[in-house]
Amino acid sequence: MVKNAEWIGRICLIIIVVIGAFTMLVPFIWMISTSLKADSEVFTFPPTWIPEILQWANYEKAFNVANFGRIFFNSFYVAIVTTILGLLLNSMAGYAFAKFNFWGRDVIFILLLATMMIPFQITMIPIYMLFREFELLNSYTGLIAPNIATAFGIFLMRQFMKGIPSELMAAARIDGSGEMRIFFQIVLPIMKAPLAALGIFTFMFSWNNYFLPLVIITDESYKTLPLLISSLSSGLYVQSWPLVMAAATIATLPIIILFFVAQRYFIEGMALTGIK
Amino acid sequence: MHDAKAIPFTRRKRWSKATLTPWIFLSPALLIIMIFVILPTIAGVVISFLRYDAISPVEFIGLQNYKLVFQDQLFYKSMWITFLFAFGSLLPTVFISLVLAVLLNQKWFPFVNLFRAVYFLPTVVSMVAVSFVWLWLFNPQLGPINPLLSAFGISAQQFLGDSSQALAILILINIWKSIGFNLVIYLAGLQGIDNSLYEAARIDGASPLQSFRFITWPMLTPVTFFVVAMLIINGFQVFDQINIMTGGGPARSTYAIVFYIYQKGFSETNFGYASVLAVMLFIVILVLTLAYHRINARLER
Repeated sequence: MVKNAEWIGRICLIIIVVIGAFTMLVPFIWMISTSLKADSEVFTFPPTWIPEILQWANYEKAFNVANFGRIFFNSFYVAIVTTILGLLLNSMAGYAFAKFNFWGRDVIFILLLATMMIPFQITMIPIYMLFREFELLNSYTGLIAPNIATAFGIFLMRQFMKGIPSELMAAARIDGSGEMRIFFQIVLPIMKAPLAALGIFTFMFSWNNYFLPLVIITDESYKTLPLLISSLSSGLYVQSWPLVMAAATIATLPIIILFFVAQRYFIEGMALTGIK
Repeated sequence: MHDAKAIPFTRRKRWSKATLTPWIFLSPALLIIMIFVILPTIAGVVISFLRYDAISPVEFIGLQNYKLVFQDQLFYKSMWITFLFAFGSLLPTVFISLVLAVLLNQKWFPFVNLFRAVYFLPTVVSMVAVSFVWLWLFNPQLGPINPLLSAFGISAQQFLGDSSQALAILILINIWKSIGFNLVIYLAGLQGIDNSLYEAARIDGASPLQSFRFITWPMLTPVTFFVVAMLIINGFQVFDQINIMTGGGPARSTYAIVFYIYQKGFSETNFGYASVLAVMLFIVILVLTLAYHRINARLER
């Protein structure tokens, strides 16, 4: 039996957590609320939280700004390709580290982990110059290539693949399966959950990435959503808060949907990066 | 490890193939990391010894750039601002995430998955998009925060327009964005602690605070190490929200180091100087991480 005093304490704690959760949501509520307001309603004082008349047309307007459709497609295309190639490359490398014994393995692995401390900014200028040289500024390749293999991704895959029993592969080898076949038909199917987790991280990172496109993209037709949103404010287009908030909602919505659909993988994957 | 031994009868024939196999799996990823991380880092260090700007021809000038950086007031200022940002976010984030994780880990707590999802939400969304939302929330004339403050008798504030508040607001937003990730990691750490430890402590008459102090906190040491290291590394690389919300201002009160690197490199096209700044940032991150690693190792012993 739990004492009354203990219950009162518990209810107070729950209330604090609820208030905190509400605080986390306030910016999202404000974003969606503004995105549905008329331009004039923005100037009412005190500010309203529920729009008088829901202006769904703001979303239509946002889609008509610049070539929003094209930019949305760019973000999507870059994120999808980065994710697919990233899953392939990182899981292959993780497999090599987890399941093979080769010369220099541990040293290479530690060096790889050390690269996580290298700030992106130190590599940015040389990457910019490289892309200028090979005419990859304003290209999909430029947006995708630097992000398809990461120390983090390889590390995550290695951690999971260490758990696969080696006997499984040994048996397949005796049966005469080739190494590639073992990897694609035996190893990868067991790795569905971690692949989902890494895939979601990669998609999220690519979709939200700002610094790389900011530096290498100037051509309107290769811009991604974060670049478009940041340009909405700089006087390039009409400055309208409902419009900017509608664009921000469109940019965050796919990630939020992805998060709720695949929440389990998302959170488990995040959690596993921390403990091992 | 014992994979190679698992095929004894074909061993001689397969030997060269078996040594090659891991490299086939490894090489695509290693190639990418070589091209986009390792070689550019080396190139970045090399460029820091060059005069490389839009005006004069490229030439080797030794430590000249470094000398200039060490005399550069803005460099010290931006490092200090970055330091304040990273460490100002650190303690509150760790504290709030840990307390929430401990609460959500209680058996009696309702709707754990829902709360976890809500707190995690800011982590997944674009910093650029939420920067605009926060900019709009903190709008001194039209945002909802000034009216809220006036309800408590506080006069209207300039928020991001006030050089004494802007950095604090950026820290606040950073805490909001970071709690979810660290909460989830702490929660996973807590779930890894053996329940029998707590039961033994309860039988010995330990209070909840005591079992936190002597069981939970020490058992979470590796998790805390990871959390703190990531917060420092990420905090030192703050850029998106500054570029969007303040542009380094007002009065350069939010002029963090990466913003300075970006300005030097891509607004003034002074690649040499920007590279020195980037090298300095790398050194600071490296020293902090290694120092923290050593302190942590000593504490664990």
